[in-house]
Amino acid sequence: MPAAASRAVITPAVDRFAVGVYDFASFTARFFVELVRPPWHPRAFVEQCMEIGVRSLPLISLTAFVVGFVFTTQSRPSLASFGASSWLPSLITIAIVRALAPLVTALICSGRVGSHIGAELGSMRVTEQIDAMEVSAINPFKYLVFTRTLATTFMIPTLTMFSGIVAMTGSFLNVAAHERTSLPAYVWDGFDQISFLDLWSLLVRAVVFGFTIGIISCYQGYHASGGTRGVGRAANAAVVLSMFAIFIEEALIVQVIGALRGD
Amino acid sequence: MKKSFGDRPILRGVDLDVHRSETVVVLGKSGTGKSVLTKTVVGLLRVDEGTVHVLGQEVGSLTVRQLDALRVRIGYSFQHSALYDSMTIAENVAFPLVMNDKRVSRGEVADRVDAALESVGLLHAKPQMPAELSGGQQKRVGIARALILEPEVMLYDEPTAGLDPLTCGEINDLIVQVRETHHTSAIVITHDLASAKHVGDRVAMLIDGRILGGGTFDELFAMDHPQVRSFYAYNFTDEASP
Repeated sequence: MPAAASRAVITPAVDRFAVGVYDFASFTARFFVELVRPPWHPRAFVEQCMEIGVRSLPLISLTAFVVGFVFTTQSRPSLASFGASSWLPSLITIAIVRALAPLVTALICSGRVGSHIGAELGSMRVTEQIDAMEVSAINPFKYLVFTRTLATTFMIPTLTMFSGIVAMTGSFLNVAAHERTSLPAYVWDGFDQISFLDLWSLLVRAVVFGFTIGIISCYQGYHASGGTRGVGRAANAAVVLSMFAIFIEEALIVQVIGALRGD
Repeated sequence: MKKSFGDRPILRGVDLDVHRSETVVVLGKSGTGKSVLTKTVVGLLRVDEGTVHVLGQEVGSLTVRQLDALRVRIGYSFQHSALYDSMTIAENVAFPLVMNDKRVSRGEVADRVDAALESVGLLHAKPQMPAELSGGQQKRVGIARALILEPEVMLYDEPTAGLDPLTCGEINDLIVQVRETHHTSAIVITHDLASAKHVGDRVAMLIDGRILGGGTFDELFAMDHPQVRSFYAYNFTDEASP
């Protein structure tokens, strides 16, 4: 390609995008380097698990319960028209395990946790608190980014399991009220169609989504600049980019799992 | 040494020495690169050309581990204090010590935190959060935090900026006290001439990315340089330059 044409292709915007992708890849790679290098700051990790996991429980519980209850209500007429109301537990369980629990939990957490991490680290960056760590010979990446990303990677799968149970509880209460089904029967029917691959893919999804939320939110906050506006932008970008990445990952994982299942 | 951001040169050839137990003040108007200068000393920024030597080591050539070992010997007081706003004052001061020395006992941490806070007159503020303190108190806590690792070099970035004259006086006295007690070498970045005169053994001025002067306060302001004279005239409107 002639030099003039190549200059036209690599515009400043393309250049910035390429540099951004490289920076993010380096940032992500650094997480894995730090994973095998002490110290690991267990106290900071536990604090983040509390912040990310325990404090998300009320919102996750409410959302999961409503999703399970409402999805059951909305599905009943369609199944009833075929005389297949007895399939409700199976349908709802498949929907929760294969899609709703990991996706709803990840989206809720990308909003609550992503904005929190983005704003917190962004604020620390613009007020020079991260520089203060660095000049005190403290590795801010290890103390701030590593512990938060590890905490999201551990806690979002835990929250996903929890939200799945709560969603199924909401669904069971609905089914029990209308179809007079007992809990053992509901669980038996529900898990009849669930395979080990479904549970495994649920866990893989949750781990991938948790890591994604942590690393993207930390990256945005860690590189914030421009005062309070920069903090706002970092928090916003943490949420939007986490959600965007989760949708892309979900689409890819569904394809892979489908291929493994032989769909 | 030289430092640019993109195509904007900030430091165009800075040459500055600081000797042991000496305080050198670097004056300059806002945006001239004074903070950039201190950040290159502690390795937060890398110079484009030239070298920075601190305690016999060239900052740019150090590995991460070596740079951390050097940073432990340097205390840095930030312009806006940069206190960790999620920690109490005691935790702020203890943090560098706890993170750098895993073998230190809780009792020793508590003793050293008490000593550092007592030296800046804020022992009573231990359980408070940074947001509950005034700007001057936050600066003093920032200095206490920098002192907890018993540094040999102190860097003060605008230590009196945004403070009332009485508090400025207290901070200046504290900087002198730190030098006398801990025998630290120091670079003080400021645009406050009263502070420069009070704390500086030598005073230099950063103009257009280069260092001017480097002798005593009176020697600097005896120079016939328009920016030096206007700097003096603004700070001491009732006095002729020395």
